[in-house]
Amino acid sequence: MIVFKWLIDVGRYMQLMGRTLSRPERMIMFLKQYRAELIQLGINSIGIVLLISFFIGAVICIQIKLNIQSPWMPRFVTGYTTREIMLLEFSSSIMCLILAGKVGSNIASELGTMRVTQQIDALEIMGVNSACYLILPKIVGLMTMIPILVVFSIASGILGAYCTAWFGGILQAEDLTYGLQYSFNSWFIWASVIKSVVFAFIIASVSSFFGYTVEGGSIEVGKASTDAVVKSSIFILFSDLFLPQILT
Amino acid sequence: MIELIDVHKSFEEKEVLKGISAQFKEGITNLIIGQSGSGKTVLMRNIVGLLEPTSGKILYDGRDFTALPKKDKMLLRREMGMIFQSAALFDSLSVLENVMFPLDMFSNDTYRDRKKRAEFCLDRVNLLEAEHKFPGEISGGMQKRVAIARAIALNPKYLFCDEPNSGLDPKTSLVIDALIHDITSEYGMTTIINTHDMNSVLGIGENIIYIYEGQKEWEGNKFEVVKSTNERLNNFVFASDMLRQVKDSIVIK
Repeated sequence: MIVFKWLIDVGRYMQLMGRTLSRPERMIMFLKQYRAELIQLGINSIGIVLLISFFIGAVICIQIKLNIQSPWMPRFVTGYTTREIMLLEFSSSIMCLILAGKVGSNIASELGTMRVTQQIDALEIMGVNSACYLILPKIVGLMTMIPILVVFSIASGILGAYCTAWFGGILQAEDLTYGLQYSFNSWFIWASVIKSVVFAFIIASVSSFFGYTVEGGSIEVGKASTDAVVKSSIFILFSDLFLPQILT
Repeated sequence: MIELIDVHKSFEEKEVLKGISAQFKEGITNLIIGQSGSGKTVLMRNIVGLLEPTSGKILYDGRDFTALPKKDKMLLRREMGMIFQSAALFDSLSVLENVMFPLDMFSNDTYRDRKKRAEFCLDRVNLLEAEHKFPGEISGGMQKRVAIARAIALNPKYLFCDEPNSGLDPKTSLVIDALIHDITSEYGMTTIINTHDMNSVLGIGENIIYIYEGQKEWEGNKFEVVKSTNERLNNFVFASDMLRQVKDSIVIK
């Protein structure tokens, strides 16, 4: 029974994506919505991304220095490990999990409220492809902004690590710099960006699906918002298992 | 004209519409009335295409809406305007932007012309002074008037109103009714109003269809309602003893 319900949901998701990923009826209206989504979903998330990444970068650096670094290890290990964690996992995957919470619930509750207040019905009656008009700008907007947020996150995390050296005296800034540059593979940045684009699609499309298909009232909108975050996170974690193997 | 031919609608085992046939003519206000749960909202949603009938035909000036390809359905929908029970205005847009929305989406006019048309529609519903306000800043009655302005922005051939007076005081309800009636006759639209407001029935009911348990029970106009001997209709329209006495006194006269 659960498998049957799951299959129905997958079918409905595919149908919705079929309607969403079509040519916008009015390009100027699409661009207007796209611009609004860039601001709402992306630019409004810059603050939290910078803040979290800064502290996580600093904490990783402190933890590695205090708990892993030993006299038998080269002094650049802390910088090297901090870079690898930020670049390969935190800024692309964990940051996307955090954004799934912030952005995913925002998308699901916005669309859910539009559904229960008949605003989506109003669009349909006007002859507008409501899925394309409402969801496509969110998907494209998030796929545009998340890679930028990932780059900001990496930079902010490294800045946080430097702050532990400059202000905390945890390690020498020269050792950190050497570690950050040691055996650097620039492809990892691209791999991180590509991963984040896939995660952005998951966050925007899964959250939109739960919001768009709400039936009922405010309780159902709340439930859809929770489901959107939980399911997006599960799909992100699941795809994080095989994406690194393909990309690195 | 909109014509329904033997429209059925079932949800799994439950049959909600049991073969409704009716004609809704242009230029007059057509009302669908019935108790809560009688199937009138389901009927309206079938007519506008938000639900698919299980069987039967819905003809828009001879065009079978149920048999049209998806693309043609979308095109036909651009000839429709709808006023929802909750007004369904877009929260993030101002009053003027709400009315301009269908024009922005489908009209090839310049921005100046689109704005002029939207302002004309707002003026028609006496709301020009509220054009820069947002839906959350205006009253329920004003929201309904904005919804009317938005519905007529593209000069629709068909106008649908789902309980337009729901949640409004009697005086504001009369204003909304008069507005819908005037617009209908002025532009020669085919208007269908879904209501259980008796003021509307007796005020603008030029063609009334009474739905009872998913079937068309009675059809007539506001004058015939008063004289009707249909017990179910009378129990619905003249539900209170006071109203029943008023009806009886009119019939005796």
